[in-house]
This record gives sequence, structure tokens and C-alpha cells, in this order.
Amino acid sequence: MSSPRTMFEKIWDNHVVHAEPGKQTILYIDLHLVHEVTSPQAFEGLRLAGRRVRRPERTVATPDHNVPTTDRSLPIADQISLKQVEALRTNCREFGITLYDIHDAKQGIVHVIGPENGYTQPGMTIVCGDSHTATYGAFGALAFGIGTSEVEHVLATQTLLQYKPRTYELRVDGRLARGVTAKDMILYLIGQISTAGGVGYVLEYTGTAVQALTMEERMTVCNMSIEAGARAGMIAPDDTTYDYLRGREFVPRDFDAAVQCWQQLPSDAGAVYDKVGVYDAADISPQVTWGTNPGQVTPVASTIPDPANYADETEQKSASRALEYMGLKAGTRVEDVAVNRVFIGSCTNARIEDLRAAAAVAKGHKVAGSVNAMVVPGSGLIKQQAEAEGLDRIFVEAGFEWREAGCSMCLAMNPDKLAPGERCASTSNRNFEGRQGKGGRTHLVSPAMAAAAACSGHFVDIRNWDYK
Amino acid sequence: MQSFTQHSGLAVTMDRADVDTDQIIPKQFLKRIERTGYDKFLFFDWRYLEDGSDNPDFELNQPSAAGASVLIARRNFGSGSSREHAVWALENYGFRVVMAPSFADIFYNNCFKNGVLPIRFDEATVQRLFDNAATHSPYHVHVDLEKCEVTDDHGLQLPFEVDPFRRHCLLHGLDDIALTLEHEDKITAFEKAHA
Ligand code: SF4
Repeated sequence: MSSPRTMFEKIWDNHVVHAEPGKQTILYIDLHLVHEVTSPQAFEGLRLAGRRVRRPERTVATPDHNVPTTDRSLPIADQISLKQVEALRTNCREFGITLYDIHDAKQGIVHVIGPENGYTQPGMTIVCGDSHTATYGAFGALAFGIGTSEVEHVLATQTLLQYKPRTYELRVDGRLARGVTAKDMILYLIGQISTAGGVGYVLEYTGTAVQALTMEERMTVCNMSIEAGARAGMIAPDDTTYDYLRGREFVPRDFDAAVQCWQQLPSDAGAVYDKVGVYDAADISPQVTWGTNPGQVTPVASTIPDPANYADETEQKSASRALEYMGLKAGTRVEDVAVNRVFIGSCTNARIEDLRAAAAVAKGHKVAGSVNAMVVPGSGLIKQQAEAEGLDRIFVEAGFEWREAGCSMCLAMNPDKLAPGERCASTSNRNFEGRQGKGGRTHLVSPAMAAAAACSGHFVDIRNWDYK
Repeated sequence: MQSFTQHSGLAVTMDRADVDTDQIIPKQFLKRIERTGYDKFLFFDWRYLEDGSDNPDFELNQPSAAGASVLIARRNFGSGSSREHAVWALENYGFRVVMAPSFADIFYNNCFKNGVLPIRFDEATVQRLFDNAATHSPYHVHVDLEKCEVTDDHGLQLPFEVDPFRRHCLLHGLDDIALTLEHEDKITAFEKAHA
């Protein structure tokens, strides 16, 4: 009998094309998602070398990073952005790749449209020239973010060269309290293991608190695996996964047979991980980042930490520098920190459940006079659904802007950005210096916490919110 | 890909941890569809003041850093976004070697694809390099990938480890795609077996 294997090992083993000791393994890639920013140089490389795309039907593209989220009937005003989006169009046409273009209802953030159309399935290997590719791990897939040279490699060979990463089980047992979300769970975990804690590992999130998450919540958790430095993050598929996928456009035609295969994927009893961390869901409360990396995070019901309390000198310096950039003083209560911008969006938190959670908070309240708040759905389909449910009206009545789908102010490559010194409660995944605009100050929070901050003008503990 | 055997050059230190790829190259420069010309955008937000002039406080703007080609940094260098533009910008600027206690995975990988050598040393060794650079400014180092060794003009001799296969590819400037396509029959066989 073979020894028990983790889910990661099973998927890895199923995709080895060629392995030699001391060399990188050639791993077959089932699905390759492409966006406009990290692909032009890869296509150009193919062209220069006279190569073709090996499996165009395993490749799907959409423009998301660069697209405006305002009126789509207008052309993209930024000429360089326009050129990049046009390059994607030309490349997809020339190499025979499916493209969900700007006017397609299925256009959206690449990590949102892959799952919602049923492209991303359990057991698959999935790559994209984007670090948040880990999102698809929520389905029990092995999903890596890759660089542009690797994008070219996958286009040309449908394989990726990889050293086998190690495995790290992050187990969260128990139940999340009311008001505590998947976003708080992942921010908390990153705070625990640090932004480099996952380097060299594939994370597998396990435990009763993880199993209880919906598919969308699982995506939020896996999405931010890279923020802990991990190559990938994954969650075992179960009925929640199959129920989510059933009926979506690109799932296998014989769905029940597929489910039977997928049921073999979860880690075997007795499978050994290289590292294990065990956490209790009861210890997790709503989180707010205070610094300039996602590991610099604290519960909303606490104060901005004092750098002097860090034992490690490098961390002390980092924390001081972060506080200076963020314009914060150690000891300030998090709830006393005022915001003037709110961004609800991104591949972490712009799916329908996120919008519902934010709308439930916003309903019957008004965005504070000092705040500009925007909601950017993750895809055109989500936008339609939200409008069908009347969420857009709740947001607009409360004073939020309701936008077209895209990455938007998650990275501010399009016109949506913070001005220097502006402070933003954001549902995105990175609070790096300048991420949302030069000099902008980003605090990562859950959608409910972001909506509450919008209506209050400062952070509030969502557990005390007056739902109307 | 450009090969890397030996490199001697001026080293510059950057005393910051978690330098993420958003800092190495801010997003507004990712709109370009070229692979070159990123040198002037490297560390843009740190390097230039609001009016476009050089920020006199920034490490690379020190007169002693002019022409630097070796970067000595702190832990978790290159974290965050997968953007290979970060390595292109470093390489276009003239950096051939980055030394740090740890690197983010994707960045580390991207370096090898572009003829840039990332070297991991433990924290104490990196601290020693920081100290040496402070004492012996301008600080020149010699990096030998054949011997896997970093030396300076003051008696320093540091062996380093690098994965043998990546080292081999870098020494000979080998193209990954061509190497993989040598196994094309195996890819085809895999596809047949899994159709
Ligand atoms: S939403 Fe943000 S993190 Fe996600 S793909 Fe877009 S830019 Fe990247």
C-alpha cells in the first residue's frame, strides 16, 4: 500500500510530466489564465522565437488591471493602458485564445471570473501571471502565481518548471464569532505566521472553521496565501465545493463522475505535512492592518502597536517606518483612526457575498460627509446579480459610488487612486506603500468593516454595528 | 538569456526589510508592453521627489552609490506582486546580484530568468556585509558563480549555496523553454494519457 499523501502531493503526482533528481520537475498545467499586464512580453517572446501557444483551449484571458471602472461606452483615455489592452486583444486573436473583453458581461477580475464560470476545478494545476492565483486553491486545486518568463513558458509548453514546495497545514478549529469573517481569519493567520512565514510552502487550510466557510469565503482565505509568502494555498474540496460548481458553464459535462474523482483528492488520514500550525477560531476578532505589509495587523478593539515592543531590531525599524508612512501614533485606539476613502472591491472581496455583507451594513445608513466610498464588483456577472438583488440601490442611497468591474483601486493602475495622505479602509489584499496611490494609506479590512468605516468616518468594531 | 559567471562591482546597501515589488517598480510603469527601459522607474516613489528631482535621502542617489551593480538588502526582498518588471527594472538599472537573508519565491524565480543572481546569506552574514559596506565605502565585491563564492578587497570570503540546476542554466545562459521542449514527447504522452 502506498503511504498516505496530502492533497498537494496527490495533485502534484498527477501532473508530473518529467522528473529528474536535482532538477526542476516539469509539471503539466491544466489551466492558464492571462491578463493584460503580465502577458505582452510573453507573447512577444513567443513571436520572436517563432513559437505557438501549445494549448490555446486551456488558456483564458481578460483585461482587468488597467480598465476604467467608469462608463464603458467611452474609450480608455489613458493611451498606454489602451495600448496594453489592445495588445491583449491582438495576442488572443493571433494565438487563438478565448478573451472576455471589456464589453463582455463575463469580463472581470481574472481570479473572479475563473471560478464563477466553472473553469477552475478541484485537482487542477492552474497558473496565472499574478500572485493572487492562489485564490483557486479554494477548490482543491494547485494554483501558482508566476512571472512573465514563466507565462511564456506555459504558453509554449503547457508546463511549468517547479521544485516541489513543502507543505504547511494551517488548522483553524472552532467557530468564527458573529461579525468575524474569512478576511479576518486570513489577516489573523498572516499576522501569526508573518509575511514570510509561508515562503517555500504550499499552505493547506484545514479544520472545522475552514470547512464551515462558503466557497466565496474560502476564496478570500486562499487569495491572500501569497501575503504570507506561500507559493499556494488550498482547501480540500467537499460538498460545498461541488454545490458551488454544479451547473456552471465550463464544468465537466459528466459532473457526477467528476465529483467521484474529486472525492479522492483530500489528504489521506495520517498524511504528514512538513509544518503544522493550529489555531482556534474563537481567538479571531475583526482585524485592521495598521502598517505597510499585511502582517502588520491588529484587532479592531485594540491600539496601534508600539515598535519598541518588538524584540527583533529589523521588525522594530519596519514598524517605525510603517507608522511614519501611515501617519499613526503608537497607542492610538484603532477605532479612533479616521478614514476619508473606502474601497470595496478586489479579487479578495468583490464577490456577491462580499457585496451583500457590505450592503447589509450600509443599509439605512449614510456615508459620512468626510468620506468618499466606492464599490467595485469583481465581474460583470456579479454586477448584474447585485443589481438584480437591489444592492446597488442600497449602496447608492447610502452615498457609495457604484462602479464597473475591474481591479480598480486595489492597485490603482487605472484612474481610481488615493491622493497623498488619504487614508482608506480597503477590502483588498495589499497595504504596501503607494499601493493605492502614491502617499496613500491603506488599511485592510473585511467588507462589513469597510462599509461600517464608510458610514462612521472611522473604524468601528462591526460586532457593535446597528443593523437596520 | 544572459549568462552569469563572475561579476565584480560596486555594492550598495538598502537597510529595509520586506521591500516589495510595488516599491521596486510602482504599478504605473506596468502598462508598458516592452521588456526594457525600466531602469529610470526603479524604486520610483522612493527615488524621486514630487517635482521629479532626485530624493537626496534615497540610498541609490548617494554619490557613493553611482554605478552600483550589487544590492545588499534585508529579509523578504521582492515580496508581493509577481511582476517580473521588478527584476527587469533592477537588471536594466545595472544590478546583476542581490544579496539578502531571504527572498520572496516568485521574485527569486524571476531573477534566474533574467540573468540576475539572488544570493541568500544568513542574517548575521548580511549584517557583516552591511558593516563592511559602511566601513569600506565605496565597497566592491566579487561574485563568482563558478566557485559559488563572494569576496571583497578586505579579506572577506563567503561561500554561498545555489541550486545546481539553476546555477547550470545561469552559467550557460540556457533558455528554459528550449530545455523543456527537449521533453516534448513526454508532454505529448502526458496529454494523450490524460485526454
Ligand atoms: S484585484 Fe488587485 S490583487 Fe486582485 S488581481 Fe487585481 S490588482 Fe491583483
